Amino acid sequence: MEISRLPISASQRGKLISAGYTSLSSLSSVSSSALASDLRISESEAVEILKVASRGSRLGWSDGTNSVINGAQNAWDMLHEEESLTCITTSCADLDNILGGGINCKEVMEIGGVPGIGKTQLGIQLAVNVQIPREFGGLGGKAIYIDTEGSFMVERALQIAEACVEDMSEYSRFLRNDVQACQVKIQPKDILENIFYFRICSYTEQIALINYLEKFMSEHKDVKLVIVDSITFHFRQDFDDMALRTRVLGGISLKLMKLAKEFSLAVVLLNQVTTKYTDGSFQLTLALGDSWSHSCTNRVILYWNGDERYAYIDKSPSLQSASAPYSVTSRGIRNSAPRKYCSDHQSNV
Amino acid sequence: MANKLICDMELPKSIANIFAARNIITAKDALSLTEFELMELLDVGLSDVKSALAHISEIVSPPYQTALLLMEQRIGNEQLGGHLSTRLKGLDAALCGGIPFGVLTEVVGPAGIGKTQFCLKLSLLASLPAHYGGLDGRVIYIDVESKFSSRRMIEIGARSFPEIFHLKGMAQEMAGRILVLRPTSLSEFTESLQQIKVSLLQDQVKLLVIDSMVALVSGEHEQGAHRQHPLGWHISFIKSLAEFSRIPVVVTNQVRSQNRDESCPYSFQVQDKGKTIEDSTRYDSHLVAALGIHWAHAVTIRLVLEAKSGQRFIKVAKSPISPPLAFPFNITSSGISLLTDDGTKLIGPEINTICCQGHNGIINFDGERLH
Repeated sequence: MEISRLPISASQRGKLISAGYTSLSSLSSVSSSALASDLRISESEAVEILKVASRGSRLGWSDGTNSVINGAQNAWDMLHEEESLTCITTSCADLDNILGGGINCKEVMEIGGVPGIGKTQLGIQLAVNVQIPREFGGLGGKAIYIDTEGSFMVERALQIAEACVEDMSEYSRFLRNDVQACQVKIQPKDILENIFYFRICSYTEQIALINYLEKFMSEHKDVKLVIVDSITFHFRQDFDDMALRTRVLGGISLKLMKLAKEFSLAVVLLNQVTTKYTDGSFQLTLALGDSWSHSCTNRVILYWNGDERYAYIDKSPSLQSASAPYSVTSRGIRNSAPRKYCSDHQSNV
Repeated sequence: MANKLICDMELPKSIANIFAARNIITAKDALSLTEFELMELLDVGLSDVKSALAHISEIVSPPYQTALLLMEQRIGNEQLGGHLSTRLKGLDAALCGGIPFGVLTEVVGPAGIGKTQFCLKLSLLASLPAHYGGLDGRVIYIDVESKFSSRRMIEIGARSFPEIFHLKGMAQEMAGRILVLRPTSLSEFTESLQQIKVSLLQDQVKLLVIDSMVALVSGEHEQGAHRQHPLGWHISFIKSLAEFSRIPVVVTNQVRSQNRDESCPYSFQVQDKGKTIEDSTRYDSHLVAALGIHWAHAVTIRLVLEAKSGQRFIKVAKSPISPPLAFPFNITSSGISLLTDDGTKLIGPEINTICCQGHNGIINFDGERLH
């Protein structure tokens, strides 16, 4: 490995190279005082450089433990870990099915769709569902809702929370015969209290908040879901430098992925759509361009198929590409009602 | 917060000086760069850059609120629980009490359908004294298309609230609270928006109406797919106005005819393209909201006014709280009134289509498309 790849300041790097230290191996045997006199820097600065250098060189070696490379994990262990993780249900069984049980922890999921298709609704639904207690097969975690558009409606969150609590008590009544009745202790108010709401008004704030989340998360370990609604909004206005936009967005998605892994939480990014001119016709596609579309592991597109709302898995390393219908009801996201039922009962819902 | 100065952030003196020397003055400057770009630029080590960025980020990040706190605040501090009642019972019920504060509500529909009537009525309602269910404040009405008619407004007022408007001097007081602005160009509009920002806070303004957004851009730009971009700044500015002053903002939007090849599916839907084209020819009109999809994402509530076989409908096309409902209405001397308070629930994307047939003042869009 070469000196130029060490994370040290430019002037230090310049001094090292001009003094003949071009590779890490040349640094491995030198003492800090010799280095200090060679480079004409203070001894403490030389110690710092050596520390950084030794950290860099260790990366390639086995350190005697199970893993060959520091920080790596073998696929078998990963499988076990993935199996032990619970998913966040979407409250729509069909959708859960194609997603392999729901929204996975430790993953970044991007969800996009046309205006009014139900992106924000799904976001609120997930923020409520992540709090379903463990007794009911949920995660019992808390949620962070990052609102860049101002579209979070607290009235709607209350409606969905109330419906969720009702469903849980129904479920416990249903199970009462076999298992001891587990009372639903959680109240709609508690659910609202466990949603941390951040209102973001510019892209700078968005970057800052994503940076800050790591610290926030270490103070609030029970957060299991981060929703960004939407990742797009501020980056579509007032942003002339597209190269910078790509860099900044890339940084954001890397940080979110790191968060997801480190605190084993789910990250859901909502995205808007835009029209793109390809092959002589306009097509709908998710916003932020092609390089962004590489940065999310999973991508789900919500769309109209005839009279029904559908979700389509556009990109995923582990899931089959499939689509499933869902519907938005007054109680939240639910299974799409069978067609016959729809036409019969159209007016009384 | 984005333009907060780095020198005010209590970073260690040495680092703060380096930032200042490299002309990185605000948080925005610093956070737009990656860690490595900063290392190059500032000539300091990774750990210093990291801790400085973490510090700046923490200061710039807005504080969080729990949703519960948010709800209690809104219910506790705001008149009428944060909604401006439209006095159309069915619609109010669907929207949890009316036009919500703090977000953008869009009214879209073909010419002559009643968009301006709806806005006039809302302006009146916002100016009514609190004990009549109004917001008791001023209204700023940005009238781009010169359609505001004070005579019509007084007529609506006198018909709908005779008990108020027949009191002496009340009509004058109510009408006096409605301030009409008539910008003639986009730049003038921009300027007045910036002035409004100040007066919203000082002058008890309780409602902002913009009628309409499209007229501003269509005057200056050619029709085309890139119409949305000139409004990028305005969209976020208007949204933030609504947000910080916690007032309802109502914006009208026109319709335009849709190009045939614009009925765009996603790429994965292309295989059944034959079917979609068939579908779209089935619709008897090809109207879409002017101002493209970018704008449509920005509004929180979209109300579509349309006419279908001679009957006018108001549809809740996009709303985080209401199911997709359609209410038949007509326009009387007292403004818009619903024929029934029980909306019909619509299934599928029909809620977003805009029909325009069989009401007075119809423009023959089919004929127009032939040219």
